[in-house]
Amino acid sequence: MDITFTPEELQQVELHKSKYPEPKAAIMPVLWMAQKKWGWLSEDVMRYIGQLLDLPTAHVKGVATFYTMYFKKPMGNYHIQVCTNISCMLRGGEDIYRHVSGKYGISHNQRTPDGKYSLEEVECMGACGGAPMIAVNEVFYEKVDIQEVDKVLDSLS
Amino acid sequence: MYNTLPHLVLPQIPNLHEIDVYRANGGYDAYRQVITMTQDEVINEVKKSGLRGRGGACFSTGLKWSFMPKGNDKPKYLAINGDESEPGSFKDRQIFEYNPHQLIEGIMIAGYAMGISKAYIYIRGEYHKWVDMMEAAVRQAYDKGMIGDAMKKTFNHNYSIDIYVHKGAGAYICGEETSLMNSLEGDRAYPRFKPPFPAQKGLWGMPTTINNVETLATVPPIIKIGAEAYSKIGAEKHPGTLLYGISGHVNKPGVYELPTGTLLTDIIYNVCGGVPGNKKIKAIIPGGSSMPPLRGDRIEGVRMDNESLREHGSYIGTAGIMVMDEDTDLVKVLLRITRFYHHESCGQCTPCREGCGWMEKILHRLDHGDATMKDIDLLYSVAGNIEGNTICALGDAAAWPVRGFIKLFRDEFEKKVKSNREFVSMNVVHGRVNTMSDLVVLN
Ligand SMILES: Cc1cc2nc3c(=O)[nH]c(=O)nc-3n(C[C@H](O)[C@H](O)[C@H](O)COP(=O)(O)O)c2cc1C
Ligand code: SF4
Ligand code: FES
Repeated sequence: MDITFTPEELQQVELHKSKYPEPKAAIMPVLWMAQKKWGWLSEDVMRYIGQLLDLPTAHVKGVATFYTMYFKKPMGNYHIQVCTNISCMLRGGEDIYRHVSGKYGISHNQRTPDGKYSLEEVECMGACGGAPMIAVNEVFYEKVDIQEVDKVLDSLS
Repeated sequence: MYNTLPHLVLPQIPNLHEIDVYRANGGYDAYRQVITMTQDEVINEVKKSGLRGRGGACFSTGLKWSFMPKGNDKPKYLAINGDESEPGSFKDRQIFEYNPHQLIEGIMIAGYAMGISKAYIYIRGEYHKWVDMMEAAVRQAYDKGMIGDAMKKTFNHNYSIDIYVHKGAGAYICGEETSLMNSLEGDRAYPRFKPPFPAQKGLWGMPTTINNVETLATVPPIIKIGAEAYSKIGAEKHPGTLLYGISGHVNKPGVYELPTGTLLTDIIYNVCGGVPGNKKIKAIIPGGSSMPPLRGDRIEGVRMDNESLREHGSYIGTAGIMVMDEDTDLVKVLLRITRFYHHESCGQCTPCREGCGWMEKILHRLDHGDATMKDIDLLYSVAGNIEGNTICALGDAAAWPVRGFIKLFRDEFEKKVKSNREFVSMNVVHGRVNTMSDLVVLN
């Protein structure tokens, strides 16, 4: 796979660099760009980002591994996040997690063999008033129950 | 009756997130007023209002601003903390969605008062949609000449500020102010030792102020109604309105803006419609998962301000209220809280890294019925050894709920030991002289 940003994307990288007094600070937005483009952050991607920002690959790796949302392995097209922290747990979040896990036969940070779905048991998502909640990729679904979760998940394709 | 109370941070105005609607409702007028004042006058006004930080520590905002060095010989920065990852907290999100321009105006006022020309709004990565909304608002503000170089002309004043949105990527610790700075700078987000404090040496080694999103969004209305009037709202020592986020076992969970010092029972029963099935309340966490809990049978008369809560053994924190009914298994709750802190510990300090792990293991044993009475004391003492012995306050945040739950609900923990270990007599329990060695084996 060719790992390079397009000229437009490189312009975007420059824009991110210009927001901060030091270009190193652009690493988080640029990692986000990379993850959007390639789906996850492989060794090659991290090396490329290091070259772009003039940072050692080890530094890029260090930052990428500090955060749970940067994927260090490929995840599903639909990354399903189920919150089981307190407010969600009080309202059945753990049952939802078990249900989704059983539905696809995967557990925390695994994906289905066809690469379609992956599952993550997440910490509080800041949606406790809408507990229990799940998120699929970037979209939150709040005040759900198992039936509704099924409806949401079955409508993905 | 709650509709008649002041809504300063989240007024019920449709489409307020649009800059034109915000301006039509007096938006950006507070800033106009501020530039007729000196920097010190603005800081004093905020001090006089009694505003205290909404990020958890409840520190005087005006006082914090006054710690910043005067003069413009070096760059200074403002970091706005929208990491909002403390379980039970979901209020800043409302500001990104419903009133982002008031946050921008608050940033302009804070920036003017401290002579800051660059501000970074740090928003947790999971808030994709709300990051986009905040970015859209910032773009609108640039387009209309409210911020950036163009604001000099708009307001006919030579002060200007640039505002950037920075998206996190899933790490609770980034809400801790020094961790947030390392994250912004592009390093692993380890908290830093204090001192030096951010006001001396913060972002990129320069003087920096860090404020919570709600704190800054509260500043424009303070300027508008005046510090004097603001200080008369709510509790005397902790005045104003708060965005209370109520979750768990209530009929109408959500975010409600109410005065500080509102009765907790009023919030639960009158605002949130009580507990489903009219069940009794067993426990309440009043300010996000790190705050010590309250007993449900002792909430009569508890007011939601820092002083009143302190008298009852807790703090206001983020005003994220979690209600647990009589059927809740508190050992499971505490296990879940502890698992969270263990997961989020950055691992720099031994007491936090190891202690959180031990606490999780002991709680696991308790939950699974493999614990002894002595384990409860051990758990309590491990928490005590974390508290105050770490670089940042995550250690305390992990220890407080453990100590709080055991102190108030010891019977619940003992029940789990007793009901599950039928054949263990007290003698046998105490015959296990070295419980710590169990931990080592389990490791
Ligand atoms: C572990 C930890 C997590 C924190 N998370 C947040 C957070 O998500 N948002 C926030 O505003 N403050 C958070 N804080 C508090 C900040 O360190 C800081 O006190 C606050 O942002 C200051 O703003 P304020 O004075 O306006 O409250 C956290 C503190 C600790 C120790
Ligand atoms: S207290 Fe915990 S989270 Fe804070 S610096 Fe130490 S190890 Fe990291
Ligand atoms: S506990 Fe699930 S969103 Fe907060």
